[in-house]
Amino acid sequence: MWQDQLRGIYYIALKDMKTYYLKPPAISWGMVFPLAWTLAFYLRSPGDFAELVPGLLAMTILFSTTAAEAVVINFELRLGTLERLLLAPVSITSVLLGKVLGGFLFGLLMTAIVAAASILYLGLQPDIIGLALIAVPSLMVFSSMGALFSVSVKEVFEAQTLLNLPRFFMVFLCGVVYPVSALPEGLQLLARLLPLTYTVQGLQASFFAGRDSMLLQNLLVLLVFLILFLLPAIKLLHRRFE
Amino acid sequence: MVRTFIQDYLNALATFKIAFIHIRGLEVMAIAEIHMHKNPAILTENLTKRYGDLLAVDHISFQVNEGEIFGFLGPNGSGKTSTIRMLVGLSQPEEGRASILGYRLPAEITQAKRYVGVVLDASNLYDELSALDNLLFMARLYGVPRDEQKSRAYQLLKDFGLYERKDDRFGTFSRGMKRALTIAAALIHEPRLLFLDEPTTGLDAAAARSLRGLISRLREKGLTIFLTTHYLEEADLLCDRIAILVRGKIVKIDTPAGLKRLVQTQSLIEFSFARDVSALTGDLRRRLGGAEAAFLDESRVRIYGGDPPQIFDAVFQFSRDNGIGIEAASTIRPSLEDAFLRITGLSTVVMGTEKGGGKGKGGRQ
Repeated sequence: MWQDQLRGIYYIALKDMKTYYLKPPAISWGMVFPLAWTLAFYLRSPGDFAELVPGLLAMTILFSTTAAEAVVINFELRLGTLERLLLAPVSITSVLLGKVLGGFLFGLLMTAIVAAASILYLGLQPDIIGLALIAVPSLMVFSSMGALFSVSVKEVFEAQTLLNLPRFFMVFLCGVVYPVSALPEGLQLLARLLPLTYTVQGLQASFFAGRDSMLLQNLLVLLVFLILFLLPAIKLLHRRFE
Repeated sequence: MVRTFIQDYLNALATFKIAFIHIRGLEVMAIAEIHMHKNPAILTENLTKRYGDLLAVDHISFQVNEGEIFGFLGPNGSGKTSTIRMLVGLSQPEEGRASILGYRLPAEITQAKRYVGVVLDASNLYDELSALDNLLFMARLYGVPRDEQKSRAYQLLKDFGLYERKDDRFGTFSRGMKRALTIAAALIHEPRLLFLDEPTTGLDAAAARSLRGLISRLREKGLTIFLTTHYLEEADLLCDRIAILVRGKIVKIDTPAGLKRLVQTQSLIEFSFARDVSALTGDLRRRLGGAEAAFLDESRVRIYGGDPPQIFDAVFQFSRDNGIGIEAASTIRPSLEDAFLRITGLSTVVMGTEKGGGKGKGGRQ
């Protein structure tokens, strides 16, 4: 029985990669947008580019996972293909996990390419295990966040539009470009409530500080965010089929 | 294993009872015993579904036997799709119990799904994937052994006449081809029970005829089929038994022949008036004595029962009194449509008409 569920999760993720993710719109949102953003900062101050790499990776993680994740569930609900998945011996939870895994795998691919290119080009020597310990849960967190937005609304465009708000908040507030410590106190507090802050902090630690207690702390906070996004998303999807 | 043992035990019990009764020369009872012990593919008891204040499915109970095509016949909004959705796990019943192939719902729905194929009213495969990729994806999702996935997919594509288009995207297919591939996808894991929700709706007459032929061939292979339709002729042509559903309630379950027998014992006369008589239905009914009138539309009426000469007299008198001419009058051989009219009191207009489809089987004499 659990084999049915694991198989379902795996094949739904693979199908989503083929059907939605490895397509120009997802790739442009997932990779081109963070690269263009970073290039703008690089041109302004080329000497500090290495410092921007954790932020660039964090943005790649955020945009690549949420690019299509926020729309695929609603899109399939409207087309009836999500119901088709549920007619197979696969639970609603597994269908959602398959969707989240699809976003995760695409994000992982995009992040690995950007990370490898940055590291090789700039000759950086990050703590690879620390980097993975932060990047992998972050990819799951933001893929789940996309799924939560997707199942929270009825229209495909609503999810994408709604998601833009937290995405751009996070880009400005979570230390991607400006350190959180440089923000006014109120905004610092707000930044602490956003998951990308912990992704950026964790990545910065893995690039520049080595594996320390901060990395573990960020990892734990990210796992809490994962639960906070994933469980309501599962519950909301269940509610659609009551 | 326990399930297999119980199945064997029931089969043995059925065989023993049949032999015993046959010795006593009571073949009719033996048939009843077979029916009793035959495993039900679907069993429901007081199944109920509400959407807010709307009672979509109202305490329905029925049994579908293995190997039969069971039709759910009713107008749009009568609860056919709501029933299917509960039976395949896409929605939860508020009340009642159901089982599929011996698996209790909703607790054991995931196990049951391994043996069930479902074609909902929409052709819901992936537009971006080719016909072959759609079938392979479904094969993988259902856990079809890896070495059988391609061979089964190719065979289904050949069976459904889609082999030449196997590499074309689903999104490029015509409506009929989409429907055919959706059914093929529901068969990739070789189910024992197939749900077909309005399979021919929206198809042209040729595509619908082809699909009905396909459904008949599936029955010959021993598949149990639960079919919902609002086409009377489709139900008559395909189904072994039919449940008539009106406003969420089952009002009658019988074979098509049994349903038609309900009206065959009576005379049946159809009158076509020269203009709208809908304002005069009360007057007409009062003149008919014990006979029943069912209006097909505003100017056509079918009259069941009564003494034919007296019916003709009464209707002609009605025509003269109201100054309405009669364009045609004929006695009719009862069809499933007549049985439906008689049982439900509904006009067949509410059932919709098939695009390009002909009339029912009951022709005029």
